Amino acid sequence: MAGELFFQYLIAGLTYGTIYAVVGMGFNIIYNATGIINFAQGEFVMLGGMTAVSLHAFLPLPLAIVVAVLVTMVVGALIEVTFIRWLSRPSVLRMIIITIGISILIREAALLLWGQDVRALPYFTGNEITSIAVGGARISPQVLWTLGACAGLVVLVTAFFRFTMLGRQMRACAANRVAASLCGLPTRNLITLSFVLSAGMGALAGCVVSPITQTQYGIGTGLAIKGFTVAILGGLGNSLAAVAAGLLLGIIESFSVSLLPTAFKDAVSIAVLLAILFARPSGLFGARAATRP
Amino acid sequence: MALLEVSGVSKRFGGVQAVDGVGFRVEQGMVKAVIGPNGAGKTTLFNLVSGFFAPDRGEIRFAGDPIQGRRPYQVAQKGISRTFQNIKLFSGMTALENVMVGRHLRSRSGFVSGMLRLPWTRREEAEVREKSRELMAFLGVEQLADAEATSLAYGQQRAVELARALCSDPRMVLLDEPAAGLNMRETAELAKLILRIRDRGITVLLVEHDMSLVMGISDEVAVLSYGQKIADSDPRSVQRDPQVVKVYLGEEEC
Amino acid sequence: MRSVRLRQVAVFLVLAGALQLGAIAVGKPFWQTQLTMSAYYALVAVGLSLLMGYAGQISLGHAGFFAVGGYGSALLTTWDLSAHKAAGVLQALQAMGAVVARPDPFGGTVLTVHPWPAAVVAVLLAMAAAWLVGIPVLKLSGHYLAMATLGVGTIIAAIAVGTQALGAADGISGVPPLPLLLGVGVGGATSQRVANYWVAIGLLAVCMILLLNLVDSRVGRALRAIHGAEDAADAMGVDTARYKLHTFVVSAGLAALAGVFLTHFNGGIGPSEASIMKSVKYVAMVAVGGMGSLWGTLGVSLLLNFLSLRGYFGTLDDAVFGAILIGIMLFSPDGIMSPDLRRILVAGWRRLRPAPASVEKGASEEGR
Repeated sequence: MAGELFFQYLIAGLTYGTIYAVVGMGFNIIYNATGIINFAQGEFVMLGGMTAVSLHAFLPLPLAIVVAVLVTMVVGALIEVTFIRWLSRPSVLRMIIITIGISILIREAALLLWGQDVRALPYFTGNEITSIAVGGARISPQVLWTLGACAGLVVLVTAFFRFTMLGRQMRACAANRVAASLCGLPTRNLITLSFVLSAGMGALAGCVVSPITQTQYGIGTGLAIKGFTVAILGGLGNSLAAVAAGLLLGIIESFSVSLLPTAFKDAVSIAVLLAILFARPSGLFGARAATRP
Repeated sequence: MALLEVSGVSKRFGGVQAVDGVGFRVEQGMVKAVIGPNGAGKTTLFNLVSGFFAPDRGEIRFAGDPIQGRRPYQVAQKGISRTFQNIKLFSGMTALENVMVGRHLRSRSGFVSGMLRLPWTRREEAEVREKSRELMAFLGVEQLADAEATSLAYGQQRAVELARALCSDPRMVLLDEPAAGLNMRETAELAKLILRIRDRGITVLLVEHDMSLVMGISDEVAVLSYGQKIADSDPRSVQRDPQVVKVYLGEEEC
Repeated sequence: MRSVRLRQVAVFLVLAGALQLGAIAVGKPFWQTQLTMSAYYALVAVGLSLLMGYAGQISLGHAGFFAVGGYGSALLTTWDLSAHKAAGVLQALQAMGAVVARPDPFGGTVLTVHPWPAAVVAVLLAMAAAWLVGIPVLKLSGHYLAMATLGVGTIIAAIAVGTQALGAADGISGVPPLPLLLGVGVGGATSQRVANYWVAIGLLAVCMILLLNLVDSRVGRALRAIHGAEDAADAMGVDTARYKLHTFVVSAGLAALAGVFLTHFNGGIGPSEASIMKSVKYVAMVAVGGMGSLWGTLGVSLLLNFLSLRGYFGTLDDAVFGAILIGIMLFSPDGIMSPDLRRILVAGWRRLRPAPASVEKGASEEGR
């Protein structure tokens, strides 16, 4: 493979990989706070992208994105408040089914609202043929936007959990909800916050990647499977490992296109998921058992 | 050869050495107790023997075969049955059905024969039912057969759980704190019951927090403290052992 | 116990007969076609109910197993082997009757696998696939099986849409009828509509008897024990992973069997049968019918499938199922037959009518 082509595949892989990483982190945030795998995680990405496209019709791009992210955060909060908050100790099966139902409803609502059309935000700088030469290869500035935004997001979220009081409270709530609530932490609100954060991250990722990958009402399920693969690959609950795993999966997928028909691109990541479940359910980087005690 | 031989078994959880190089023997037909203060590693030791944890080091032999690191169902197949400290009955099933599951190892109907209800399956089913009722009668709870198991009173649940454990005709039964939550009269009844189980030819290994139950009925008593065995002898000598006295008195000071 | 089960099945058969007569009486004999299809889909749901209700595991890939059965038999019974007529293996198979020559719609003759061996191969293929997927996955907790079966379902759907040999987006058509006794075959001929309805109902009834037997057997008890307290079941000698795996395989086999029959009935199969949304719908039927309640699942899936196939939900079909899923899991996770919901409904009924009402919702359907 020519060096230049190799580089193109690598860049494409990293672009998709960052999105998977953000979705994977979104899974982790909610999982840590509640023990729930939110099957509607991919819908946040779709919702963010679609809302921004619609808002861009009458708002300038940056504002449209900000509002879209806020709208999706509100949706995240609404989901938690309406469907999850008042359930006492729901079983895993029950939560899986409820979040699947939510993802279907969001998807169908999007279908009614926006139809089946594939939409996209305009390129943030330049257009689809603008490119920057980097070491012999040409990459679109939007790729840099995506990489930059996702990297910024990861850093911000990590810093939030490490250094802010609220972030620490959320970690305490994740570690032991009963103890946290005995210490006077508003655990219920912290859980809502985890949905809000998770939704916001997904939405922002959905906006920055929209010009490249385009957005359609049905993209959520695929993203959810990949995000989950990434979360598992990194060891469920471990956000930084999920980022590494996301980039890895994006690159694997991207290079698989050079060997296999494009139709099987999704199958590759699922094969990775199954292989990981088979060989190392605790993830590549983690040592934690796959069953939550 | 002893029925159960535990030698040099250790188990660590993170920074806690729960069980540290413990070894003991249980002879066929005896009642053996493992006692010790809370957190001494008794239940961990039990979980090691019954296959719920694999030991980090050491060997566990049952009837001569090494069983350490086997899965719980494999240990059960060898003839070791158990109860749980915080009673674990199957929710959504009647008391009789709970006990019938205990007969799992002594019956063999599978998916296909179960679906087809072959004549031998029906005979086997009747045998399982009869055996389970007999054990419920042995424990004095036969009248509760059709009640939902998890809705029974605490003492009744204990009895159903014990019937379930005995239903597999085990060679040895492990009782994890069987007297927990019982009053003095019930504890005395339990003591008699344990002797009757032994008289059926079943070796009994029990873990107890409280000394009063075990001293009267045990042939041998091993004492654990902070994961280590500090005494292992007949009840009388153990009671006089200065180290044991210190451990128990020390606990009372707290 | 035995007589109770047989009585339940007898009631089911009588109701099925009444349904058919009703459809004909109101002048809608074509309803039988959708009812027949609903019965096959109900078979998938009932098998899934065994997995969800008794093994406590969820599969989001049952449409995939259905599709393996359907596509498997469709491919084998339409694949013209005439070009390889001279091959020794083929001649041997033809002598055994496993490969047969039959006229094609264009007046020629095609040499294809007989529908019955094709059906056996297709069902075994689905069970083998389930077994392979199940081994790693069933060792892990709920989320993993859910996501992994979702993944497998996605792969199967992608293969169905993306493979030319499987007809890509068009699927496979021209599947011959599955011959049964007395000249009756599972196929789309209008003249055999009445018979086909009873073939589907009969298959469903037979499978129900087998499953009802199973859940009341040693295996069924072991499965319920796993559901009730997994480590205690383990300590009683139940090899929990193996039981879950076998249940998964049986469940996938039933889905594939339904796929085989429905494909012959429809004369073909398309990729939409393999879609994830289809899998989710099966889960919805089980959830509404009550996990572990085989009769509840059967009744609900007959109803929901029929309404869906008749197009009563229109373009909102998927959304209806999503809403049903959420609603039932929020308010009555044990399904519509659960005592909780019945109490709420009865209380609501009493509030509406001051006089004490003895009517109980859904009393005509028996529980498990």
